[in-house]
Amino acid sequence: MELLIRNAVVYDPSNNIEGEKMDLAVRNGKIVESVEESNAKILDAAGMMAMPGGVDLHSHIAGPKVNKGRQLRPEDHLRYVQRKTQLTRSGVGYSIPTTFTTGYRYAGMGYTTVIEPATAPLETRHTHEELNDTPILDKACFPLLGDNWFVMQYLKSSEIEKCAAYVAWLLKAIKGYSIKIVSPGSVEAWGWGHGLRSIDELVPFFDITPREIIRGLCKVNNLLNLPSPIHVHCNNLGAPGNYEVTLETMKCVEDLAKEGHHSIHIVHIQFNAYGGSGWSDFSSAATKLAKYVNRHSHVTADLGQVLFTDTTTMTADGPWQYILHNLSGNRWVNHDVEAETGGGIVPYQYRRRNYVNAIQWTIGLEFALQVKDPWKICLTTDHPNGGPFIEYPRIMTWLLSHEARDAAMKKINKRARNKSVLESLDREYSLGELAVATRAAPAKILGLMNKGHLGFGADADISLYHIDPSTTDPSKDYRKVRKALRRATYTVKEGEIVVKEGEVVSIPDGKTFWIEAEGLEEAQKDVWSDLTQTFERYYTIRLENYPIGEDYLRRPASMKVAP
Amino acid sequence: MDIITGVVCPFCGCLCDDLEVAVEGNKIVSVKNGCAYSLTKYLNYQKERLSEAVVRKGEEQVPVELDEAVRKAAQILVDATYPVLYGWSSTGCETQHLGIELAEELSGAIDNTSTVCHGPTVEAFQELGHPSCTLGQVKNRADVIIYWGSNPLQSHLRHLSRYTLGAEGRWRKGRDDRTLVVVDVRKTYTARVADYFIQVEPNMDFELMSALRMALKHEEIEQDTVAGVSVEDVEELAEVLRGCEFGALFYGLGLTMSSGKNRNLDAAISLVTDLNKWTKFVMMPMRGHFNVNGANTVFLWQTGYPFAVDFSHGYPRYNPGVTSVIDILSRDESDAALVVSSDPVANFPRKATESLLRNPMIVVDPHKTVTTEKAEVVIPSAFVGIECEGTAYRMDSVPLKLKKVVEPPSSCPADEEILRRVLKEVRRLKGGN
Repeated sequence: MELLIRNAVVYDPSNNIEGEKMDLAVRNGKIVESVEESNAKILDAAGMMAMPGGVDLHSHIAGPKVNKGRQLRPEDHLRYVQRKTQLTRSGVGYSIPTTFTTGYRYAGMGYTTVIEPATAPLETRHTHEELNDTPILDKACFPLLGDNWFVMQYLKSSEIEKCAAYVAWLLKAIKGYSIKIVSPGSVEAWGWGHGLRSIDELVPFFDITPREIIRGLCKVNNLLNLPSPIHVHCNNLGAPGNYEVTLETMKCVEDLAKEGHHSIHIVHIQFNAYGGSGWSDFSSAATKLAKYVNRHSHVTADLGQVLFTDTTTMTADGPWQYILHNLSGNRWVNHDVEAETGGGIVPYQYRRRNYVNAIQWTIGLEFALQVKDPWKICLTTDHPNGGPFIEYPRIMTWLLSHEARDAAMKKINKRARNKSVLESLDREYSLGELAVATRAAPAKILGLMNKGHLGFGADADISLYHIDPSTTDPSKDYRKVRKALRRATYTVKEGEIVVKEGEVVSIPDGKTFWIEAEGLEEAQKDVWSDLTQTFERYYTIRLENYPIGEDYLRRPASMKVAP
Repeated sequence: MDIITGVVCPFCGCLCDDLEVAVEGNKIVSVKNGCAYSLTKYLNYQKERLSEAVVRKGEEQVPVELDEAVRKAAQILVDATYPVLYGWSSTGCETQHLGIELAEELSGAIDNTSTVCHGPTVEAFQELGHPSCTLGQVKNRADVIIYWGSNPLQSHLRHLSRYTLGAEGRWRKGRDDRTLVVVDVRKTYTARVADYFIQVEPNMDFELMSALRMALKHEEIEQDTVAGVSVEDVEELAEVLRGCEFGALFYGLGLTMSSGKNRNLDAAISLVTDLNKWTKFVMMPMRGHFNVNGANTVFLWQTGYPFAVDFSHGYPRYNPGVTSVIDILSRDESDAALVVSSDPVANFPRKATESLLRNPMIVVDPHKTVTTEKAEVVIPSAFVGIECEGTAYRMDSVPLKLKKVVEPPSSCPADEEILRRVLKEVRRLKGGN
């Protein structure tokens, strides 16, 4: 199958293409140099902007906690319903849409790769079942490892090789992609109703600190040569003054970056960029964190921008969710997972007039505008924690347009507005920079070499929008741009047109990437006896029933890595 | 003789996964580690099984080829204006997927058996949330365990030994390290082994929970007894709960299906949430059918709602009391039914059953049941977890893969396969080709 997209204005930052009018040729799902015009389907993209398909490296779209969120919030589903058509399945949901709807909506906005960033290994079979039912998108999931008993024990006894062998086994067993760390140690402590606020407190009974866990898993990541750095949700998330923990967390792996690689990705940094000592003097520490990120090359971050809306917060950070339940008075779901992790869900409404919420809103943007290198930033809301992903275009225009930000700023809490540096930040993202933050950077951080760019050999995941940069100034015409970004004119997935004018026209299954890490066969033998014993003693399922076969993945795509 | 290890038991919500099944010549000859129910199921499942598809012709059910049964089933469903699709809890998630797709295709209603068991749990969950965990957390940590309106020694036989009271975990080595509290209307088997047995008056659970919440906060209860329990006992129990390191409340239909229903659960959730102010406390429903939780789970990710889903508007709608199958039937709104692995004729209220029987009914089930006797079309299926694979969700939502240990008879395909064929035929008939 061949496709020729003509006369699009292309933004492909990885290949230094910044708004160039050109053709894109596609054969067998890949970008190629040229195709025979007589054989190819021709798409006239004159007046359209083309970018690589969107890549979201942090969005809670599938698995146990997302589904419990759906269960918790029938009222959320009434806000959006989608009828069955000849082609598409029906669905519901605003902040926690059903799986089919999730796939359609992402594709409708021009996104083609989305990562579920937190799955309890024991329950990952569920995550894969949902990912299978999330059509069109390529995806992957990150197992939660920061509170894992094997990990903590191996790291405590400085058995890095064994720890790496275990992680390699686990990634293969549950078909996971990268190491995710959520409030390391704190979630284990939550098993007893406690939490850890700094990275130097000891985890009860395990006699190890979050710092040691973060450093240890970072070393494991290097040892296994995994394509993506460790993804860390810092301790003390959500609390005033927590930026210090974030700084400490970033600092603690400064020395562990391999040549040309990052050593850590801080997830949804907005939630960990708070100053002040309490809610009354709550403040933004975005500038401090941005300064650090600007000076260091080992760290990247995604935003976790909040939006003023009614959404559903969900995270493996059980202790924080309990605090949020008490703060908000909203209903609370908790789900701790034996020997591994935990999780909590609390509905939450971010309000413009609320001082703290307004500050949170400014933090994400302040950070995005003060980090100079857009390759260090990915646009996320930590969906659905900061707000649902369908609102991304709103954030995109806030980055693209000072005027758009001002319009939003006018409506927020006055005290928050006066305290924020946001009004003084003149920077506006270029469309190319936007393509970095929503495509190129996340793909690079994930180590997905064929994603996020349109060079020859790349996956032909392309999004086209009704934006003509020669006549449209995103800074001024931000409403028009926002509207266009909400509904891709075309979304092309692996060379196939899947969306036309924002509507799904074809529903292929996307791939699920997982990592097969080789090279630690000897250490794995030692680990095997530990696995057998620990499962026998502390788990409630047998070791042999733990691994998930490739048959559980609709379109498995394993990626081999070796030290 | 082949020994198959790590077999997951397809009986109750415990999904014990340590069974060893010995098979000789496609026959199960022995089962190790299983409870009495499990053993009985594995060794006797062949008895009273259905072996051939039938279609009703006049008064009689006449044996037919599978193809004909599938065609007839699809015809009935396509001709109906508002079919109900019911059951789904005693089969694998793969079949549940297809059931939902079929209901959507038919603009019908689909419901699972939680509509008559833990539906109130779900409704209370929606109102207040649910502090919970996986069973291993209880095994490793819990020093106080409550069974409320649940008698696992007669319903979930290995629950106490595998997951709670007698389980050997990291910080609790067994019975001596744990305190067992049983709250029930009578002295059940489980109550006999309890450290504290609280006999609550029938239908007074809400009152007792409320009193416990007061006692926890050291508020004055101006009565001598509450729900048949002395206030001293209530206060003593409150101190036991407050003082534990990790508590777990397991509850059964004694709470969900007695007077108050979801309000009882509101009280229970509030109680457990309150307890987290002082200690760590979790709760979990004692799910019955081996994959009723899977039905809730699959329904949720595909439709947004755990049961009682109506597709008559082309998208999922949910309003228990309106879109739940018993209510649809009681209003006589449905004109055909598909029942998968369930026996509603034997279990539903009379009015609902009468409506069910007035209209053509298709049943897919491995067993002969009262419902199959009354059906227009019966398609025998293989036993999931014995004769075919499938995915099931344990009561704590841990998903497990059910194994196939023997081959099914050739006339009994997996219900997944049957549903796939019915769906295909429905689409063919609707498309008119």
